[in-house]
Amino acid sequence: MQKGHMSDRRKFILTMARSVGLAGIGALIWSSVLEESVHASLLLRPPGALNEEEFLKTCIKCGLCVSACPYDTLKLAAPGDKKPMGTPFFDAREIPCYMCEDIPCVPVCPSGALSQESVSSNGELDINLAKMGVAVVDPYACIAFWGIQCDACYRACPLLDEAIVLEYERNERTGKHAFLKPVVVPDVCTGCGMCEHACITEKASITILPREVVMGRAGDHYVKGWDKQDQKRVKNARATITKTEISKKSALDSLNDETGLFE
Amino acid sequence: MRYLISRRIVQVSIIVLYILAHLYGLKILEGNLSSSILFGAIPLSDPFAVLQMFVAGSIITMDIFIGALIITIFYGLLGGRMFCSWVCPVNIVTDAANYLRRKLGITAIQKRVYMSRNIRYWVLGLSLFLSFFMGLTAFELVSPISILHRGLIFGMGFGFSVVLIIFFFDLLVHENGWCGYVCPLGAFYSLVGKYSLIRVKHNVDKCTECMECKVVCPEKEVLFMVGKSSQIVNMGACTNCARCIEVCADDALNFSIRNFSKKNKE
Repeated sequence: MQKGHMSDRRKFILTMARSVGLAGIGALIWSSVLEESVHASLLLRPPGALNEEEFLKTCIKCGLCVSACPYDTLKLAAPGDKKPMGTPFFDAREIPCYMCEDIPCVPVCPSGALSQESVSSNGELDINLAKMGVAVVDPYACIAFWGIQCDACYRACPLLDEAIVLEYERNERTGKHAFLKPVVVPDVCTGCGMCEHACITEKASITILPREVVMGRAGDHYVKGWDKQDQKRVKNARATITKTEISKKSALDSLNDETGLFE
Repeated sequence: MRYLISRRIVQVSIIVLYILAHLYGLKILEGNLSSSILFGAIPLSDPFAVLQMFVAGSIITMDIFIGALIITIFYGLLGGRMFCSWVCPVNIVTDAANYLRRKLGITAIQKRVYMSRNIRYWVLGLSLFLSFFMGLTAFELVSPISILHRGLIFGMGFGFSVVLIIFFFDLLVHENGWCGYVCPLGAFYSLVGKYSLIRVKHNVDKCTECMECKVVCPEKEVLFMVGKSSQIVNMGACTNCARCIEVCADDALNFSIRNFSKKNKE
């Protein structure tokens, strides 16, 4: 083969290899941008939203929920918001979800990213079933924990005395007053954010966070023995017993075994 | 000028209808170019966005599926990339950049930067590849097109910077760089509209070979037949923008309906 001359086949293979390489670079850059953008921050989704992972692949970013919201609560993330672009979110401190009974934002969703079933019971829409987030109290900044009477969040809560309850406790410092501590009931809390909006401290002492971020999970191996429903889980449970060098003997023998101790 | 003006009227009024729907609840065209509701009843969806959703593993609802089907059939019949020149708001930005480029004579002083027209098909492939592996709508999350139309309707944020990038890319780096080389949505509609009916037709008998059409055409390759043979512009990349028709002083280019029965003779 002459120098500088290339067969068509060789040329084709080289061109393809180059293109694939360039595409690979593009894919790496592009995917890192995507990875950054979707894990950028904690954000609150409209009522009925699928979990974040499903939501990101299902939401078509049409903004119909945003248009439907009568309180301008919902916004579409624009560049600079540092949120997955084009997806709806709300900032509870600024404008919370006012829990419309007819939930106008959910039925308009064409893609099912906002699921009507998740906020319906017996075929009727029920905004109280929404799980947009969960309120978390900062007991150091909240002045109710200082002993000053404030029940702004408690009063603002649309599920009054259900999602936030007041816990009475004796104030040892003064000896004659009581604390009225706000305590969130996570099962009931919808994450509407009216408490965060109402909080009187400079930066809100009660904040709505995504449920999957805040809520823990005890795991399957814990069974509530006092709960009949939960106890049923043990019924068909089968234990696998692992034998090791130590567990061959009984626990007591194993502890009393002196071999190797005084050498 | 009449085609240019019609295109601008169509482009602007679509966005205005969306804005009116968002601000005042006018139920003619609600949503945005990703997905909308026409006359409060007919769903319309961006088929490329839906394809990414599908590949990412989302369950496609009936509304979205029908919407995407309507749009695919619409552009499949009309001319796939008519979206690009008649609907897409980025077209106004890139047209402005190209206009300025011609006026300033930037192409004349610039060393040619080589870019392949096929880049867009690679970007299209990558969109689907990344959507599949990351479980995201890869292009939709970064699409400058969506940033622009969404921004105009729902609030821009720093979206103008992205629009400026495209503007300056087209002005300074490569003529028609975004729409003609990179944009995967354009590539997608090129494929959709491969066999569309409305086509520009060249009449070689009238042509004086002034080549004005090739100067204005944003997809010059599609006009390969100019001055050579009478035939329709049959490449999917043609956006039916009608710039060539307007610039032609000899009436050698015109819109026509593709006639499949005569296809073999042409």
